[in-house]
Amino acid sequence: MDFEEIGLVAGLEIHQQLDTACKLFCGCPTRIRPVEEHNGEFYRYLRATVSEMGTIDRAAEEEMKHIRRFRYLAYDSTCLVENDDEPPLPLNGEALEIALQISRSFGMTPIEQVHVMRKLVIDGSNTSGFQRTALVAVGGVLPNGGRVESICLEEEAAQRVEDACFSLDRLGIPLVEITTSPCLYTPEAVQETAAYIGMVLRSTGRVKRGIGTIRQDLNVSIRDGARVEIKGVQELDLLAEVVRREVRRQQELLAIRDELRSRRASVDEEPIEVTGLFRESGSAILKRAKVVLAVRLRGFAGLVGREIQPGRRFGSELSDYAKRCGVGGIFHTDELPAYGVTTEEVQALRAAVAAGEQDAVVIVAADSTKALCAIRQVIRRARLAFECVPEETRRMLEGGSSAYMRPLPGAARMYPETDVLSVTITPERWASVQAPELLVDRAERYVREYALSPATADQLVHSSMLPLFDRAVAAGVPPALAARTVLSTMKELSRDGVAIEAVGEEQVLAVLAGVRDGRAAKEAVPDLLQAIAGGATVEEALASLAPVVDPGDLRALVERVVQERISFVQERKMGALGPLMGVVMAEVRGSVDGKYLSELLRKALREALE
Amino acid sequence: MGLIPGDRVACTVGTTELSGTYITDRDGMHVVKLDSGYNIGVDPRRVILLERGRPAEQPDMDVVQDPSLPELAIISTGGTIASRIDYRTGAVTSQFTAADILRAIPGLAEIARFRTHVLATILSENMTPALWQEMARAVHDVIAEGVAGVIVTHGTDTMSYSAAALAFMLQSPVPVVFVGSQRSADRPSSDNVMNGICAAAAAVSELGEVTVVMHGTPSDDRCAIHRATRVRKLHTSRRDAFRSVESAPIGYVDYPSRTVSLADEAVRRGTRPLSLDDRLEPECGLLQFYPGMDPALIDVFSGYAGLVVAGTGLGHVSTACIERLGALVDAGTTVVMTSQCLYGRVCDRVYDTGRDLLAAGVIEGATMLPEVALVKLMCVLGRTRNRHEVVRLMQADMAGEILGRTPHGL
Repeated sequence: MDFEEIGLVAGLEIHQQLDTACKLFCGCPTRIRPVEEHNGEFYRYLRATVSEMGTIDRAAEEEMKHIRRFRYLAYDSTCLVENDDEPPLPLNGEALEIALQISRSFGMTPIEQVHVMRKLVIDGSNTSGFQRTALVAVGGVLPNGGRVESICLEEEAAQRVEDACFSLDRLGIPLVEITTSPCLYTPEAVQETAAYIGMVLRSTGRVKRGIGTIRQDLNVSIRDGARVEIKGVQELDLLAEVVRREVRRQQELLAIRDELRSRRASVDEEPIEVTGLFRESGSAILKRAKVVLAVRLRGFAGLVGREIQPGRRFGSELSDYAKRCGVGGIFHTDELPAYGVTTEEVQALRAAVAAGEQDAVVIVAADSTKALCAIRQVIRRARLAFECVPEETRRMLEGGSSAYMRPLPGAARMYPETDVLSVTITPERWASVQAPELLVDRAERYVREYALSPATADQLVHSSMLPLFDRAVAAGVPPALAARTVLSTMKELSRDGVAIEAVGEEQVLAVLAGVRDGRAAKEAVPDLLQAIAGGATVEEALASLAPVVDPGDLRALVERVVQERISFVQERKMGALGPLMGVVMAEVRGSVDGKYLSELLRKALREALE
Repeated sequence: MGLIPGDRVACTVGTTELSGTYITDRDGMHVVKLDSGYNIGVDPRRVILLERGRPAEQPDMDVVQDPSLPELAIISTGGTIASRIDYRTGAVTSQFTAADILRAIPGLAEIARFRTHVLATILSENMTPALWQEMARAVHDVIAEGVAGVIVTHGTDTMSYSAAALAFMLQSPVPVVFVGSQRSADRPSSDNVMNGICAAAAAVSELGEVTVVMHGTPSDDRCAIHRATRVRKLHTSRRDAFRSVESAPIGYVDYPSRTVSLADEAVRRGTRPLSLDDRLEPECGLLQFYPGMDPALIDVFSGYAGLVVAGTGLGHVSTACIERLGALVDAGTTVVMTSQCLYGRVCDRVYDTGRDLLAAGVIEGATMLPEVALVKLMCVLGRTRNRHEVVRLMQADMAGEILGRTPHGL
């Protein structure tokens, strides 16, 4: 597909959790907890508040269609700030420092006086009903010529456990939000840019790693389409596919629009109650429903069932809108008879709303308030189909398609956080902020300075073991040994069932220091780590596995081994080196460097043969 | 040319040009609300005026009140329960027409009709005994005019003082309900809606006394109805900060069902005739004793009509302080002893220091909370200076402040 031809424009919003000691506005640790460890819970309702213009934000209003009672789980690692029962503490200085470092990496300019705002979010994921966020820097550049518009420091939302239940351990963890300008014109460019930004973020060494710690939101539009925000893409590799699927969705919606216009289609103003038609229905949902409402979509036949993304039909879009009112979904005549609904019932339904063959009928079943709310949402979305692709916030579904969440929020959702003082970033403070060495640059340096292979260097800088490697090298451990230990040895031991996670960083460093000091051979590292994983102390492991051998003793040992096997040596000449190495290594039990030992043995052999 | 809040401006941050609305000045910076909604502080030299702002239109909303519902009066003293944030300056302002309140708490219109009266617009730490008197008169007047109940919106810091003051000054045949909110009204999670709804439900209920109605738990599940003379704010920030001390709440309002359940002890609607005695002696003090306190501090209160001491344990102060308190009493100051334990009864007949205090003329404050004893002392001294009468009144229960029996559960 020629994406330039269709006018694809995309931008990225990347949210990355920071690895700080404390949360953004309280002293709680930034630790995720298993849900079953919660030690308290409470219930709240949230309601949209009126903005300064006397209006309610359109995204917030949509959430209010279905008032829900939210349940929150608290832990011994959360406090009254997460409960929205205590004012926030001042903005976390460590988090601001990291945000400034990242700003420096992108060549941005910090805001002179940073103000914390409240962004209205009433889907339950914030106990307060808003997310605290502050604009920290603007005006960055990307290597491909695109721009980083802004960096914001935000508090992470609570994790949804299920439906209307949220876990408070994640609420308040600091995160940076990096927003690019709409400067990406192909799906591949989106994915590459996200990868680059991720690399810059990890270069600080102060961001969280693992599933869910980085999330990409996408803004996508095509010519004649609309800006659509797709939230929560967690896998980098899916980004390009998400873009491609959104492009297809917008193209299909435009095609449906043109078809509706040429068919002179229309949507009825008012729903018609058809509860009675389904009293004996084979569909349990329809039979049990207090109220069933129907609306005729004139000229829509075949279009409601038309696929617009893999696994998604235009009917899915109508259904998403209806679900905002708390109903489970909709039925429509493009997919009926099915689900227990008979041909006769479909005919009766068509008759009841005077629908012809060219028309589609959508029905919803629920109590009267929900059903009315839901059918009105269907009417609203069906009408939008004549005009345009609606501007929406959507959430990614497995595989890369997306479902409607709410309208794009307006400017009415942001107001000052009056409980937090502004922070001034003085020129002196900004001058002291250093950009971290980028991981790509660091990999090059490792090749240059440590003579590591490019592949090893690349693997190292993207490894979570990088800090351990750096500490080992700083302590004088040969880089190749440090790299092999953290990248291969530990992984292999783990694969072989050794409880390597029980070995702490300090212990790994102590083992490597033992090798550095000649107390053990590098060949002994796996055995030493295994012994420590099994419960031995570092000293015990070194003592039992790698007894210290005096250089004089060692020479004597080598000569003894050669003399004991002198006939074998005379027979094989220097070819005896390999087999005798095994014998000598077994005697010293790995306490001596193999290369050194092999030199000694070679010399002893030569002397014996002379 | 100076900027006026609301002006359209352009500003530069580094090489980035941004546009927005001028809000205010903060610490030498111009605060600009960017079009994205974010506020930033910018050096004034980098901000230029684009266009004069137009004053924001005040949205008006017609509120329809149902004439078939009972009428309640809302008397506002400046609590944040119906406050609204000025988005341009970030300041919180109290809004107080009936329409404002019904807009802030939409469910109210289903419970009653409302008339409103703004008594003050102050933070409750600025409350004064003179305002308690005005409050009592205002509440008395609307009850005399026939409302079914009164809601007093109040900052939470000193709400229990005001509620106690009204309980001593006013006998009411209808509910008088104090209510406030712990979390600001501009936030979607504010407790103002649930507290307001529950207060209105209590105000149309079968209650007939002065109460405080606030969150009963950290959840949005029910409000507790507290007797005005037994309630205390026991937490700085939690929603359920208000607790009845040494007694259970006299009722609950479930939310969102609005079901009111009253304990047997709750005074019922119509039990007492309407009467007001708003006399008050404001020259009274409250002093918390602590180990090593300089006895000379007591002299600060010389010339006062009354002094409540929050003593230790059963109601004690150091031996060195007793003599000074005796001198105060001799000079005509009424001194009442309460306990900083808050729970339990004052008894100055057990230890020597206690007996010495009684000999010095200090009155035992029984089970009264220190601040409730203070408010009561103001009322009593406003009515009489007869020593015997003062002692009798301070030790007799007037409005539930003195428990006849001390409950055995803590």
